[in-house]
Amino acid sequence: MAKGSGFDIRRQWGFTPIALTCFALLYLPVVLLVIYSFNAGTSIAIWEGFSLQWYRSAWENQQVQDATVRSLVLACWAALISTGCAVLAALATTRVRPFRGYAAVFAAINQPLMVPEIVTAVALLILFASVKVWTGYTGLGYLVLAHSAFCIPFAYLPIRARLQGMDLNLEQAAADLYATPFQVFRRITLPQLWPGILAGAMLAFVISLDDVVITEFVKSAGQDTLPTYMLGQLRRVVTPEVNAISTVLLAISVTMVIAFFFVSRTKK
Amino acid sequence: MDDLASKADKRAARTRWLLLAPALIILVVAASGPLLITLTYSFLSPGDYGGIEWDFSTDAWFNVFLQRDIFDDTLSFADAHLSILWRSVKLSLLTTIGAVILGFPTAYFIATRPPHRRDIWMLLIMIPFWTNLLIRTFAVMELIRNEGTVNSLLIWAGVIDQPIQILFTETAIMIGMLYVYLPLMVLPLYASMERLDFSLVEAGYDLYATRFAVLRRVILPLVKPGLIAGSILVFVPSLGAYVTPRVMGGGKQLMLGNLIELQFGQGRNWPLGAALSITLLVIVMVALIFYVRAAGKDEVHHG
Repeated sequence: MAKGSGFDIRRQWGFTPIALTCFALLYLPVVLLVIYSFNAGTSIAIWEGFSLQWYRSAWENQQVQDATVRSLVLACWAALISTGCAVLAALATTRVRPFRGYAAVFAAINQPLMVPEIVTAVALLILFASVKVWTGYTGLGYLVLAHSAFCIPFAYLPIRARLQGMDLNLEQAAADLYATPFQVFRRITLPQLWPGILAGAMLAFVISLDDVVITEFVKSAGQDTLPTYMLGQLRRVVTPEVNAISTVLLAISVTMVIAFFFVSRTKK
Repeated sequence: MDDLASKADKRAARTRWLLLAPALIILVVAASGPLLITLTYSFLSPGDYGGIEWDFSTDAWFNVFLQRDIFDDTLSFADAHLSILWRSVKLSLLTTIGAVILGFPTAYFIATRPPHRRDIWMLLIMIPFWTNLLIRTFAVMELIRNEGTVNSLLIWAGVIDQPIQILFTETAIMIGMLYVYLPLMVLPLYASMERLDFSLVEAGYDLYATRFAVLRRVILPLVKPGLIAGSILVFVPSLGAYVTPRVMGGGKQLMLGNLIELQFGQGRNWPLGAALSITLLVIVMVALIFYVRAAGKDEVHHG
């Protein structure tokens, strides 16, 4: 593509340095956060030597333990429910002729992506405040329901993408060989769809695990998840314990994202 | 084949709504339905200790923009609300501009890498995007706080002797939002640039265009849909941001999201909170309609 020697038509002055700075800036704060989680001192800016004491103190903190278990339980339920719903919804809306109400269904599924989180959070607070009074139930169910709802589009999109790329002939061949629709789904569709389902479930899990705003508004007293616990801690003096918790959460998210990247890549 | 296909179609039609039911029920109960309740609440009166009284009232909507003087009953604009609204719009716009300045060269850089490496560069953009927003905000906060890394380094180097107060200012909110929403600018810009036909760029140089002229007259018009999409993807979440202004503004510099929360906490004015959140929703929907139009044009543009 080069025109003459040394003239690269793709080049724009200053773009490469800005881009590389951008990548550096994107990672610098997070890298520092991780480094200071291993600080021996109580500061998040002055390095006093390597230590795992903040991980130990986080591990021994009863509130952190409870929040961790709650976050994981919640993320598992949300991923399970939203992925289940998303698989069914994707089967109903992909590879079919446009039907009446298709646009409305699509808008409903993607609503959590469009409406600002704070608006949904406040709306759920209003609804659940009344429901909590009527039923007296203040358990984890509200959070599971709320998380499942906003995870649906994240689970739906990769499953739908996978489904769209699938070969219809195999399913028709199976039907020709007198397979029942359920057998076709179980033996032909599902095995091919599996990477999409896995990708969708992983995204839903990460999205649920990371949510702050909706959880903060929906949770009943004493129902902190890790992110809302951390948000509460920020009002006090910040110690590297918060960095240690962050590092663990980051490790989970990054592992999931990289796994997602490779799972969704295998379809090519 | 045809017979089977039509049979499958009929079956799909019968089972379609059954398959959709679980997702739709959850979404109606925990997403669309509550929005309608919010709209209803915005036309009711506030209860004494939070909650609402079932009396129809347009006071909440009235109070979004106007205030009545408690002494002489005169009307004036609700300065506190309008200044917060203005701050939200201003900071969101500045964040969007910052994201263009940083994101455009970055997307261009990725799009001009060899094809097999682009995925890895995009993964580097995606990883921060999919990691916890609170943690990323928190990481920036640790960097710029008075006893944080930036100030410590500057003091150590002798550049300053007092820490610069960045945290809890509007600048801090903007830095935070720019940091967390930047990937949203790079994604659509990269999608546009990846399809850029560089023979057009070459034609520009053949006609003696300078690099800047090529950028302005050839590249920019071609990636405009991606630029608009990216701008809206950054602007919309910035406008509705809650966590970042809360952490970076420290409760001193409120944005719309924090003002809404306040009505459900200390303010105890649920109808006003409901009206404010519907206002935010309407602004966001208008921005998204522009986005859909831009995305639509994008498709036509590239055939």
